[in-house]
Amino acid sequence: MKNAVNREIPDELLVNGREVFQGSNYRDGIRYQKAAPKVRMRTSQLDSKVLPSIVDAIKAVEFKDGMTVSFHHHFRNGDYIVNMVMEEIVKMGFKDITIAASSLGTSHDPIAEYIEQGIVTGIQTSGIRGKMGEVVSFGKLKTPAILRSHGGRVRAIEQGEVHIDVAFIGAPTSDCYGNASGKGGKSDCGVLAYADVDAKYADNVVVITDTLVDFPNFPASIEAVDVDYVVVVDEIGDASKIASAAARFSRDPRDLLMAEYCAKVIEATPYFKQGFSFQTGAGGPSLAANRYLEPILRKHNITMSWICGGISAPAVDLLNKGLCECIVDTQDFDTVGVASVHTNPKHFEISTSQYASPSNKSAFVNKLDYVILAALEIDVDFNVNVITGSDGVLRGAPGGHPDTAAGAKCCIIVTPLLRGRMATVCDSVVTVTTPGECVDILVTDYGIAVNPKRPDLLEALQKTKLPLTTIEELRDIAYSIVGAPDPLPFKDRVVAILEARDGTILDVVREIEPLK
Amino acid sequence: MLLKQPAIAGTLESSDVQVTITPQDGGVKVEVDSTVKAQYGRHIEECVRETLGNLNIDNALVKVVDQGALECTIKARVECAAFRSAQVEDNYPWGGAIK
Repeated sequence: MKNAVNREIPDELLVNGREVFQGSNYRDGIRYQKAAPKVRMRTSQLDSKVLPSIVDAIKAVEFKDGMTVSFHHHFRNGDYIVNMVMEEIVKMGFKDITIAASSLGTSHDPIAEYIEQGIVTGIQTSGIRGKMGEVVSFGKLKTPAILRSHGGRVRAIEQGEVHIDVAFIGAPTSDCYGNASGKGGKSDCGVLAYADVDAKYADNVVVITDTLVDFPNFPASIEAVDVDYVVVVDEIGDASKIASAAARFSRDPRDLLMAEYCAKVIEATPYFKQGFSFQTGAGGPSLAANRYLEPILRKHNITMSWICGGISAPAVDLLNKGLCECIVDTQDFDTVGVASVHTNPKHFEISTSQYASPSNKSAFVNKLDYVILAALEIDVDFNVNVITGSDGVLRGAPGGHPDTAAGAKCCIIVTPLLRGRMATVCDSVVTVTTPGECVDILVTDYGIAVNPKRPDLLEALQKTKLPLTTIEELRDIAYSIVGAPDPLPFKDRVVAILEARDGTILDVVREIEPLK
Repeated sequence: MLLKQPAIAGTLESSDVQVTITPQDGGVKVEVDSTVKAQYGRHIEECVRETLGNLNIDNALVKVVDQGALECTIKARVECAAFRSAQVEDNYPWGGAIK
């Protein structure tokens, strides 16, 4: 059955109440019963929840074949937790395991082998990359991977579509009761926003730390009342890969040109007024837009009320200069972000539910004015792909892209028209990860296109000297330079399901042959 | 054009292509390795064959290691490798042998 972004969704997937995507607000206002974990109560005295090892924790939670385990990705490519825990689960002979992580990266290549061995049979994540992306794309995972946005993951857990048997939560600091924080220790990641929903909805919660601190470890992101056990290990991550040094602003003139366009687009559109809210992605031109925004804010004597999302130095800079009232933070990308959330009282940690879930009573994203995001591909219907590469292999993450695009009043996609020989503006994206109806403006180095659904924004931009064009013209320019690409040789079998924020099916990814 | 020796042109930098031509009987054989092979492998092979045809080269083994080069780059690298292989050392047709 074709869905609202014109993708053919196989009927065999449309079971157990699953529906095809029918527009971003199709499920707006529905009532549902929240899921709840099966909790073990404790009335007796207890000095400590610390167990000697991960193996002891796996035994203590009465681990069984077929269970679903969860992880967060605050340690990014420096994460040791996923591999450490999965190695023990596999060594103990368990099978038919589903990993439900907030995201997975190239540091998790060893999991690919467990998929090939048929031990890991389900993957639910936002990001999927490296060897894991390859083995899933080549059809080695027993069930289709389910890929969700950050908000969509919270929704799936809150609505009981994902039931987590054991959450393994890596924490930079914890006390002996499991009051855990993203702050301090050897593997400082600033916040533990993604793990909030895991702690609240998993049947069993195991905190793994390398820095045990005095009780009570307050303020705690993960509260001891939700934690069954605590395990102390030597290292939970590689600090240098958890929070990178502050990225230098791109000096690529193409990035800077696009960043300047983005800032001027914001200046010219109607939501640019005192107290507007703002988010950028972590890509080069998106981040560089912050720098061009500063003089525009000063020129008009305007300050922002809040910045949300993944935080790095440019956002902190705007906060410290008084150009933004506060930051609401779900993830820190660099040491500047981490340091700021420790020290600046106007820099707050929020949960991923607060940030982006479509199933609570309104998340921060629903109040966003502007978001600037990147794209691997965008098609003439403004659909964006951030998950599959030009070879059809899974190598990305929807992350907060679909959530912020849906929530923001003005969603700006910024991407160079060409990356090497790849046309980023195309006839039809390989995989739809963000529906075109959520995208308002496309900024490229060859000009700016406004979604025809937003004549108001077009009218505003026509009063400027910005180089306006249409998305079809941008595609034609791209193809005139690189040629129209051949279609990818996908097979029939579905290897991954792209779930829309509301749980409907936005697209599927099919199996592909490894290139010879 | 008569190929005399193995020759190479281009680099492995992003957006470039490295072309190696070896004299060989039995027609033109093209081996393509490319970062964009799935979508542009066919285009790359056609471009190589067309360029060789325009240079009247009927027998060669051509190995292409492509990093997402545009067609103008591929054509230039193939021509350069061919001239080097044929030991043509002056009177290059700057701007491309085939307009």
